[in-house]
Amino acid sequence: MPSLPVRSPQELLHPRPAGLYCPAGDFYIDPVQPVARALITHGHADHARAGHGTVWASRQTLDIMAIRYGEDFCQTRIPVEDRVDIAEVRATFTPAGHVLGSMQITVDDGNTAITVSGDYARVDNPACAAFALAPCDVFVTEATFGLPVFNHPSPQSEVEKLLRSVAAQPDRCHLVGAYALGKAQRVIALLRQAGWDRPIYIHGALQRLCDYHIEQGIDLGELRPATVKQGKDAFKGQIILGPPSAFAATWAQRFPDPVICFASGWMQVRARARQRGVELPLILSDHVDWPDLTRTIQDLSPQEVWVTHGREDALVRWCELNQIKARPLRLVGYEEEAD
Amino acid sequence: MQEFAELLEKLAFTPSRNGKIAHLKQAFKTLPDPDRGLALAALTGDLALRNVTPSLLRGLVADETDPELFRLSYDFVGDLAETVALIWPHSTEPEDHSLSEAVEELGKTAKAELPALIMRRLSSMTPTQRYAYLKLATGGLRVGVSARLARTALAQFGSVPVEEIEELWHGLSAPYLPLFQWLEGGDKPVNLAAAPFRPVMLSTPTDLDDLSDHPPVQFVAEWKWDGIRVQATNEGGTRRLYSRTGEDISNAFPDVVDALNFEGTLDGELLIKRGDTVAPFGDLQKRLGRKRVGKAMLDSHPAALRAYDLLLWDGRDMRSQPFDARRAALGDCIAALNDPRIDLSALLSFSTWDDLARLRENPPESVIEGVMIKRRDSAYMAGRKRGNWFKWKRDPMLVDAVLLYAQRGHGKRSGYYSDFTFGVWQEGQLVPVGKAYFGFTDAELKELDRFVRNNTTDRFGPVRAVKPELVVEVAFEGLNASSRHKSGVAMRFPRINRIRTDKPAAEAGTLEELKAFL
Ligand SMILES: [Zn+2]
Repeated sequence: MPSLPVRSPQELLHPRPAGLYCPAGDFYIDPVQPVARALITHGHADHARAGHGTVWASRQTLDIMAIRYGEDFCQTRIPVEDRVDIAEVRATFTPAGHVLGSMQITVDDGNTAITVSGDYARVDNPACAAFALAPCDVFVTEATFGLPVFNHPSPQSEVEKLLRSVAAQPDRCHLVGAYALGKAQRVIALLRQAGWDRPIYIHGALQRLCDYHIEQGIDLGELRPATVKQGKDAFKGQIILGPPSAFAATWAQRFPDPVICFASGWMQVRARARQRGVELPLILSDHVDWPDLTRTIQDLSPQEVWVTHGREDALVRWCELNQIKARPLRLVGYEEEAD
Repeated sequence: MQEFAELLEKLAFTPSRNGKIAHLKQAFKTLPDPDRGLALAALTGDLALRNVTPSLLRGLVADETDPELFRLSYDFVGDLAETVALIWPHSTEPEDHSLSEAVEELGKTAKAELPALIMRRLSSMTPTQRYAYLKLATGGLRVGVSARLARTALAQFGSVPVEEIEELWHGLSAPYLPLFQWLEGGDKPVNLAAAPFRPVMLSTPTDLDDLSDHPPVQFVAEWKWDGIRVQATNEGGTRRLYSRTGEDISNAFPDVVDALNFEGTLDGELLIKRGDTVAPFGDLQKRLGRKRVGKAMLDSHPAALRAYDLLLWDGRDMRSQPFDARRAALGDCIAALNDPRIDLSALLSFSTWDDLARLRENPPESVIEGVMIKRRDSAYMAGRKRGNWFKWKRDPMLVDAVLLYAQRGHGKRSGYYSDFTFGVWQEGQLVPVGKAYFGFTDAELKELDRFVRNNTTDRFGPVRAVKPELVVEVAFEGLNASSRHKSGVAMRFPRINRIRTDKPAAEAGTLEELKAFL
């Protein structure tokens, strides 16, 4: 259709109150309000909400949404393998390396390609497929850890730190706070890789998503529910995982003198760890840190960078310093805390 | 540097005292000499390397990073050394230098060459090492390790009584090689300190029931003054004032040090005294912890010593003699000194424990916190030896207060709301007057925890605000006027005595009532 005027990137994709909207395909990506047609990058609650009409997403993301919200979380589910054509655009799905089923979505109208990263990570993660570059003209990136102070150590070294602490304090148990989707399974898988073959105890809120990961072929070893009837002494020397919110609940009272650990990229900043009363901070992030974030932009070398959420000021500043056109989208509704 | 960095990190995040001690013991076991001694000195603030200023650090980082990116980062992190440690360009080939190398270099490098040295070192370190290095260089470790905590850890590490370490402490210096040698089975070091600290004799708490097992005639009693127990010593012209844990507090009390015109060692109570009147503890607190005291403060808050006991006199060690003999000698010494700044603690006259109970109930001055009871034939012995000295404190002060905030505990109290802030009424409002995290039984803790969970009105991180409905009886040992607290008062040793579900919040105490205890 050579007679049609070429769309500008802003015409192909732009923010609306409900989220990033593509008029040429009449769909939103990761909308924060219920819409008729939605493409979803991954199953975290701030990106994947219930109540849409038609949802396009990876098979695993659709499964995860059904687990979290029930089978009727939307009217029509369309699993996407690699790509799908919707009206005038093609949407290509590329693994984001963030959590199981997470994808970057590239929207292409034949003239302009815009990659929406969703949340992404480039460090090896035994609990999901590895990140791949999705070439584009405009890269729409998150900036959760978009400050040069975020330089996350290797996940293996953090898990070693946990295991050293377990060995040094055999009379205590280690209570690891980890979000239910992705982080928890990653911590477990990393522990298994590091040779920890004892049963790992989990909070009830992690059970279904752990089961799903096992179904999908991820080796989590033996998991046991951390129930009261085991008695306090049963937990000595053990590792227990729970969602961070459970640490404030009476659930935590069943453990003997626990070492409170928290697996999160935020743990790199001491004040954050202290605020949460963490005794053993584990710097484990499912998002790109600053070096990986800037490396990704350099690898893709897009004409423009749009920043969705996080520390957009610093990233935009970095782009300016490197002569890359950049602007913040200031999308609302994405939680920066959840990592 | 790596091991020191890890130790620092563990100490910074370990909330409990016992947890910190465990980490220190482990470090004493694994760190080589002289690193462990230097680490110890760094933690207790006895390693002075204060050439490195925040502005030097800012200068360094300005050469390495964009100022705007640094500003955004510092805003987020909130700590200069930490921001620099994290933002510094990553070294591709980290090399680990020992703590002793780092300390030596920082010590001997000329000021003009410091920036280049620090820059070189930072570039060869990991972020955790950089953080430890910068904290070491700027002298602001602040990981909650006092000299006393460190000595306790040393004592446990070497399985020796902490009093023996306290006694040696002032003759030792970093890197403490003879000390570690001794703690690992070698010979005990000779005490090198001039006018060293001698371990103090301590008392155990008692009550009327307990006392009835002992014949009153074998004991003497004196007032227990609400000051600071000290050891005042002058040996060969070296004068020292020590706290009962061996902290040298001479600098804060030059007036008392000036009055130590004798050759010997006294045990007594440090007080603020105006004429014959002993001032409340709060006045003494104003002079504590100072490096230097101005003339105005010396005039308005004059310190004095009330003598309890005599350890050494004119070259004679009195400690093996019975209390009666030491006390008689003490009386003569004080009389001979003839200085109003050093007086003698009076003995109380009683023949039965009930007599003493009556005295205890009606002390002549409000700065008396009870009575001390000492066995006449007891030698002066280090530490707390049951049956020789007793303290019989006056009953605590009590106030009914309303629970306002609660914070989650840690360790064995994980998952429980166990740190409580409470308030009393003032003009129809509840003003917070204190915090307590002990005093209750396990069953009461469960009850308090349940109340907090069911009555939360607001959350701030680990803190919850609760409906102002639950009344608790708070016991405390004293009340000081305080400009740092909104209520204008600060409680000493507040604890929750019992939960008063029988009392409606409207009937809890008032600030006016509380201030009557001042
Ligand atoms: Zn996410």
